[in-house]
Amino acid sequence: MGELRLMKGNEVIAEAAIRCGCDGYFGYPITPQSEVMETLMTLRPWESTGMVVLQAESEIASIHMVYGAAGAGKRVMTSSSSPGISLMAEGISYIAGAELPCVIVNVQRGGPGLGTIQPSQADYNQATKGGGHGDYSLLVLAPASVQEMHDFVILGFELAFKFRNPVMILADGVIGQLMEKVELIDQRPRWTNEQILEISGEWATLGKPSGRKKNIITSLELDSYMMEKNNLRLQSKYSQMKAEEVRYEAIACEDADYILVAFGSAARICQKTVQIARKKGVKVGLIRPITLFPFPEKIIAEYATKVKGFLSVEFNAGQMVNDIRLAVNGKTRVEYFGRMGGIVPTPDEVETALEQRF
Amino acid sequence: MAKVRGAVVVDNDVCKGCNLCVVACPTQVLALNRNVNNKGYHYSYMENPENCNGCTNCSAVCPDSCITVYRVKAEA
Amino acid sequence: MSVLTDRINEIIKPENLVYAKSPLLNDDLMHYCPGCSHGVVHRLIAEVIEEMGIQEQTIGVSPVGCAVFAYNYIDIDWQEAAHGRAPAVATGIKRVMPEKYVFSYQGDGDLAAIGTAETFHAVNRGENIVMIFINNAIYGMTGGQMAPTTLVGQITSTTPHGRDVDLNGYPLRITELLAQLPGAAYVTRQSVQTPGAVRKTKKAIRKAFEIQAKKIGTAFVEVVSTCSSGWKLSPVDSNKWMEENMFPQYPLGDLKDTGRADAELYRIKAK
Repeated sequence: MGELRLMKGNEVIAEAAIRCGCDGYFGYPITPQSEVMETLMTLRPWESTGMVVLQAESEIASIHMVYGAAGAGKRVMTSSSSPGISLMAEGISYIAGAELPCVIVNVQRGGPGLGTIQPSQADYNQATKGGGHGDYSLLVLAPASVQEMHDFVILGFELAFKFRNPVMILADGVIGQLMEKVELIDQRPRWTNEQILEISGEWATLGKPSGRKKNIITSLELDSYMMEKNNLRLQSKYSQMKAEEVRYEAIACEDADYILVAFGSAARICQKTVQIARKKGVKVGLIRPITLFPFPEKIIAEYATKVKGFLSVEFNAGQMVNDIRLAVNGKTRVEYFGRMGGIVPTPDEVETALEQRF
Repeated sequence: MAKVRGAVVVDNDVCKGCNLCVVACPTQVLALNRNVNNKGYHYSYMENPENCNGCTNCSAVCPDSCITVYRVKAEA
Repeated sequence: MSVLTDRINEIIKPENLVYAKSPLLNDDLMHYCPGCSHGVVHRLIAEVIEEMGIQEQTIGVSPVGCAVFAYNYIDIDWQEAAHGRAPAVATGIKRVMPEKYVFSYQGDGDLAAIGTAETFHAVNRGENIVMIFINNAIYGMTGGQMAPTTLVGQITSTTPHGRDVDLNGYPLRITELLAQLPGAAYVTRQSVQTPGAVRKTKKAIRKAFEIQAKKIGTAFVEVVSTCSSGWKLSPVDSNKWMEENMFPQYPLGDLKDTGRADAELYRIKAK
């Protein structure tokens, strides 16, 4: 068993990054995720593992530093919160277009605009539908516990390199600020230059030895036919993600008449709602999408023929509900309940909403 | 006395006829050809090759790196 | 005539070669317009990298603008950055591979307008990178619009009546500003319109790369350049226009050559 600690979600992001052998973090402070960089700066991993940590002048600069370092085949990441992720949209699109692996953490707060610093899930559409310009997708992981904040950093890098695609950890202010027990992995070494050469030497800009073609990191292609080919390659990657990487948790769904669908901290609240409802004799289950892209549409489609309805519970105006409706495809009722502006609903509120809607 | 003699080779297909080498040449060796290359440019050529001393001024200012320069020391 | 041809052929022999294009520059035909300064600066960078023997350790970062395709011509590894972000991309590369040589290559729109923040902060951090800045006072690629460095009165497609300070403000001498930053090690402004100027610029680029090896701060080389298509002049007339109009606003020479500042000058006295 690994080391057990009581930690904040944001701190764990930093700890997990160091321990999994991350090569670099580039970020910019923003509430409610500033503890990520603060923790890294306090731990000074450049003295232990050699991991680089740099406070950039903006989120724009930090995501493009990630672009550069990821283009060098390194395992690099950034973190921010909603307004900062909007600023990063440009860089994320370029990273997806140039097919670079990296991990981006969004500890969401309420918007639009400067919004609030309270927790929110209002960046669901931004995260799962690309967020920037062009046809691209991020692989999106939604942690619902401090332990998952830890685990998804490690998983995030694995998936990022498997697909040469940016992975987003879509957390929220609750998970970021929450303190929980977490089991940490033991320190893993950073990749050596030889390992990087073996893993990413075909495309990474490591310096061109004579005899190999130059490696060019770019998202630019002016030939329309080539650009369509590039797009088709990206799309086939996303199809592969849908086939291989869907993750979800189904709780008490087998006999359920109604299923709540919720991710992240909303799912924790809904777990309690399931208990409350079942005490009242209403058979309620919960599906918690862990990957928001690829979305667990199959399992939802399967239950669509068995249940009387789905209730999507989100800290936003109803974003994931549309993906549920697409998966359900009219076979049963799909309703939405949510709060906005940083308000976190109680389990009873969700239970009341369920009763009212069905 | 040893006299320096030179010659330049212009890659006709690469030259864009910008005329910068012609102006840079201190001994008026180069000129733009009346003929055009396959891109339609009047490429540079040695109009007065006997004047060339291989100074490399033309290749220095050439934006398309299409000039190669040779130089020998020859008896006058 | 044949006697002359024979004499020329006698000279054109490998043992008499005094200048040939660097093998680092490949045979791809450059997409630049006739007379474009980019081609000369590309060649100088290739020559410096070749002469220093650092081809296998050098990574270039190309901008958005005419030089976006710089990666097509110089045979080293490259990254193509988003508009203005080259200094951030170069920072990312250099920070995770401090043993490599990293240089960014940007035009005036890229470096001095949309990428001003990235430019300033990379230099202010004293990133150990080389930054090459091509200043031709116009947006070449998009069709000759006003750049931050466009001169007052200069006609561009977005200042069709000439740049007006009431409307557009002043030409930005960003290099002078960067020279003030403590992270800057070497800041110079050069040009490539004459053989002599080309040789000076090559020396400056070489020096910039050597400074990178010393890790004493950012080396910044501005090259005042022409854009004959944007300026609607012949290449030869562009050079004249540049000498007459650009040089008074953007005077050539070194602006700083001291290495980055001593941190002690900036340190707090007590905690």
